[in-house]
Amino acid sequence: MDVAAPPAVDVRAFTRRFGDVTAVDSLTFDVRPGELFGFIGPDGAGKTTLFRTLVTLLVPDAGSVRVLGYDVVTDLWTLRSRVGYMPGRFSLYPDLSALENLRFFASVFGTSVEEGMSIIEPIWRQLAPFADRRAGALSGGMKQKLALCCALVHAPEILFLDEPTTGVDAVSRREFWDLLDRLRDGGLTIVVSTPYMDEASRCDRVALMQQGRILLVDTPAAIRAAYPRPLFAVQAPDRLGILAVLRRFPHAAAVWPFGDVLHYTDARAGMDDGAIIDEVRAFVQANGVPSPGISAIPAGIEDAFMWHMAAGTAGEQVG
Amino acid sequence: MNAFAGFVRKEAFHILRDRQTFWILLLMPLVQVLIFGYAVRTDVRDVRIAIVDPTPSTATRALVQRFASSTRFQLMGVYPTMQSLDDGFRSGVLRQAVVLPRDADRLLRGQATLPIQLITDGADPNTGSVMQSYATAIIQRWHAESVVRAGSLRIDLATRMRYNPTLESVNLFVPGLIALVLTIVSAMMTAISITREKETGTMEMLLVSPLHPWAIVAGKVAPYVAMGFANVLLVLGAAWGVFGMPLRGSLVLLLAECLLYILNALALGIVISTSAQTQRTAMIAALAGLLLPTLMLSGFIFPLESLPTPLRLFTNIVPARWFLLIVRGIMVKGAGLATLWQETLILVGMTLALLVLGARRLAIRLD
Repeated sequence: MDVAAPPAVDVRAFTRRFGDVTAVDSLTFDVRPGELFGFIGPDGAGKTTLFRTLVTLLVPDAGSVRVLGYDVVTDLWTLRSRVGYMPGRFSLYPDLSALENLRFFASVFGTSVEEGMSIIEPIWRQLAPFADRRAGALSGGMKQKLALCCALVHAPEILFLDEPTTGVDAVSRREFWDLLDRLRDGGLTIVVSTPYMDEASRCDRVALMQQGRILLVDTPAAIRAAYPRPLFAVQAPDRLGILAVLRRFPHAAAVWPFGDVLHYTDARAGMDDGAIIDEVRAFVQANGVPSPGISAIPAGIEDAFMWHMAAGTAGEQVG
Repeated sequence: MNAFAGFVRKEAFHILRDRQTFWILLLMPLVQVLIFGYAVRTDVRDVRIAIVDPTPSTATRALVQRFASSTRFQLMGVYPTMQSLDDGFRSGVLRQAVVLPRDADRLLRGQATLPIQLITDGADPNTGSVMQSYATAIIQRWHAESVVRAGSLRIDLATRMRYNPTLESVNLFVPGLIALVLTIVSAMMTAISITREKETGTMEMLLVSPLHPWAIVAGKVAPYVAMGFANVLLVLGAAWGVFGMPLRGSLVLLLAECLLYILNALALGIVISTSAQTQRTAMIAALAGLLLPTLMLSGFIFPLESLPTPLRLFTNIVPARWFLLIVRGIMVKGAGLATLWQETLILVGMTLALLVLGARRLAIRLD
């Protein structure tokens, strides 16, 4: 990653509205060349509007959006041959075979499957046994890999993937991120969006988006380390009962269910972990719930996002 | 591989792999020719007719003989009174009746007029008026002959239908059918196939490509030109082979004009696709906005002269109207470009205007 080089994506105060709805609100960020940059956020956060603008399909209402140094509005045609794009829904022709789809998109981008093979070879190797199968009959994970091949076959300088793993099984998701790792290692700049927070840790840097705004941008490690309060995992048989009780605890900052445990964040910074555990246990027992297992844990990326998103929503309500 | 060739290949795959649609598009015109040719004929045959003759004579028997020997009519009987006619018409056994006056023979010889009543089942006004004109023609010819034979002098009016002397309806419907089929195949299918890419999201991927939207559209519509042309050949072949429709003018000119109309329909399809977001909208727009005018306002089904003035003025912007004039001119009258240049120019102008409109509305972005 070359920090000194000009940014691959340079967005300044970008705003986009649809009627009365502000889909993207004064966004500013940059993506460095060779970076794997992720946008994490719930549906409706404005990720798709942002991606469509980055690939020249939408025009900003305000601000500037530059990709590879080119303006997405004025340098439209220069940019279109240099970016790779995989839209939210994998856009393939279900009645064409995998190979026919790939051939078609290669021809549309002015190249051929043979020319592009050196770039897509690691992905295509997994697809080759199904080359003659109709795209509509491929599994979700295969479709997604085929779409990636189609977006890469013309050797783009930067790749935009809008929620590529939505609706794909866990194994295929992991395989897909392994492929992205390899592409990034090959020097390709990749910008990806996902609603899955667990995928954030696989990015070099992530931006948390909510309601058209970026709440924070940093490396996953820095985001985890910056969790502002003590965090505990609470384990009890009656998860919902203890959740309701904990939320009434006067010092509770946040309580979220996480799989089969609860993550409890105490509002008091700088207090001894053991003292907090004792207080929480006493409060729970006083409310008629059997003593739970409580242990202090380091914050995961999901905790950090939940914390910032709750803070962002609270700020929204106050403002 | 060249992007255009890639598009044509891909689009051909779409068409060929959707077997049902493919065969419907290819065979529908053929079936329509056969239906129009055999069933929906406006020229009539075997009209069930009765003659009422209270005082039979040699002269009136000659009239009966004329009806009996005509292939257009099937003589159901000769009656002395009108009594049985009502029942016959109501039950559908009779469609027409000729009522001769008492002493027709004597009236023919004298100077007085001969009052003949011609009753026609008018439930279907189109066939009704055709039946009426056939019967009138027979009666007039018989009258003229009888009068000459009777020795007096009368005016003899000889009428003749030029170009289509026997009023064959095949000459009328084939040009209209070509227009109809091309509207469906070229305009509707292009509009649907372009909006399908929007609906499934593939258009998003195509728009990001370095291809200009015009190249995308050109690649998409090219196979439909071929499909439309195949349909024209099929319809013309069937009209000529099965119904013996004449082609009095130049085949090359006819095919060139068909190609022009295909381009016109494609341009209409492109314009529709620029505003329709879904295949359903595109189909409804094509059906209501194109198919109905092509059927109703082109002179295909209803004569333009019988339309109210506002509608008649509107027909001027219906491309099929001009196309029909051209095809009828070439096939039935043997006309060449020297007489049809105006209609051709109008079609060329319309096509160019639509292409420019489509080009201006074709989005290079999503919004």
